[in-house]
Amino acid sequence: MSPLLSVENLDIRAAGRTLVSGVSFSIAAGERVGLIGESGSGKSLTALAVLGLLPETMRTGGSIFLDGHQVIGARDRDLVPLRGVSVAAVFQEPMTALDPLMRIGDQVGEVVRRRARRDGHKPGTTQVRASVLALLERVALPEPERIMRAFPHAISGGQRQRAAIAMALACRPKLLIADEPTTALDVTTQAEILKLLQGLVSDEGMGLLFISHDLPVVATIAERALVMRHGELIETGPVGTLFDHPAHSYTEGLVAAARAFDAALEIAP
Amino acid sequence: MTLLDLSGVSFAYGGGKCVLHDIDLAVAAGSNLGIVGESGSGKTTLLKLLLGLERVSTGTVSFRGETLEPRDRAFMRGFRRSVQAVFQDPYSSLDPRQRVFDIIAEPLRSLKIETDVVGAVAGALADVDLPADAASRYPHEFSGGQRQRIAIARAIVAKPDLVIADEVVSALDLTTRTRIIDLMRSLSSRMTFIVVSHDIALVALLCDRLAVLEQGRIVEQGATRDILARPAHPYTQRLLASTPRMPQRA
Repeated sequence: MSPLLSVENLDIRAAGRTLVSGVSFSIAAGERVGLIGESGSGKSLTALAVLGLLPETMRTGGSIFLDGHQVIGARDRDLVPLRGVSVAAVFQEPMTALDPLMRIGDQVGEVVRRRARRDGHKPGTTQVRASVLALLERVALPEPERIMRAFPHAISGGQRQRAAIAMALACRPKLLIADEPTTALDVTTQAEILKLLQGLVSDEGMGLLFISHDLPVVATIAERALVMRHGELIETGPVGTLFDHPAHSYTEGLVAAARAFDAALEIAP
Repeated sequence: MTLLDLSGVSFAYGGGKCVLHDIDLAVAAGSNLGIVGESGSGKTTLLKLLLGLERVSTGTVSFRGETLEPRDRAFMRGFRRSVQAVFQDPYSSLDPRQRVFDIIAEPLRSLKIETDVVGAVAGALADVDLPADAASRYPHEFSGGQRQRIAIARAIVAKPDLVIADEVVSALDLTTRTRIIDLMRSLSSRMTFIVVSHDIALVALLCDRLAVLEQGRIVEQGATRDILARPAHPYTQRLLASTPRMPQRA
């Protein structure tokens, strides 16, 4: 079976500089893959390229096959149906992902309607409302009735991220791209969101591309990980192997740093 | 010797809701103190009280046994000489129009410290492992980690006894973060740090004493070792359980 996402030799250039070079990887249906990198490594650009959302000033080369469609060079009009059916995304800052002037219920409802139209349905108001409620319950938002009527500023950061995840879920995507979705959250909230994402992805059989600079977070959620540095993919492998026996000295450094933080907490009683 | 001491401190902004309740906290010279809390815990407000930027509503803050009086300018000048701060965002805490030399020398000028300014700045740059020629450059020429070193150099140039570090590595990459932590560890032999962070692992790396702040109250404080080994408060337990760890080696 061909993979859900297949990236071959991806290059991204802007203003004469190469930002991403020769990146190749694939994600099978239902597979959870982590993309690790520090700032400037090109990890978010890679994600945007998969979504076909790179700024027009950037030139891309190579090939990105997503759910049987070529993304590179495709017209935006052909990409729109792909986004929100084949792929959906959750970003770091939920406040910028949500429209501040629109109630949460209406924002999620809009996605529900659009997704239904793609399937050739035209759901009624009651039906949309029921779907929205179900989605808000699905992402474990407390008092979903109240949250539906709330504006983004009136709920907490963790709740906003749950609402953003509900919107992504409303698309019923085959691939979910999550770019640092828990970085802006408190650790206790982060733990809840990670658990939620993991459950949702396995229940729905979605593929997941989880982008993060945080190794233990990636280890929590992904089966396999890719490591990027300076725009290149330097190492890839199952999370266990990668963190136990990093082949590249850069990965080794990251692992050692992450383990030092762990060790600080492992004080024998 | 106790440097800073908070006793029965509560605080409310402009007569509003109380955001800090009954805080007792002491910082002894030579013993780094970590303050851990999540968003809304009151750690930023506590930081303002520790820096004398806000006045307590009830209770007292004392510095070397004397009550901190933010309105007493002479007292505050002495206080600022002894207590400096480094903040989270290395991109907004340095004046982009000033050369690094002037940025680092600023506390010497504003605190009217009579000293060899050129020598003091060169010493501070050396302390944070930046090259001497950094002095003639501007902040935008430096990476996030280097900027944070500049901010640390500014904090230590007046040879303070206490440096309050507010989420100083949160905006940095993992490898850069480790280097800044190493730097703070080596500086710890010459000064005391209060490390304010949401990250309990960071605090554990740098501090031998720890206070856990939740919804404006210190729910647990003591030796870091003891708290990590036997967290008594449910919130501390939850914080530790939520902190993601690397997978066990196979």
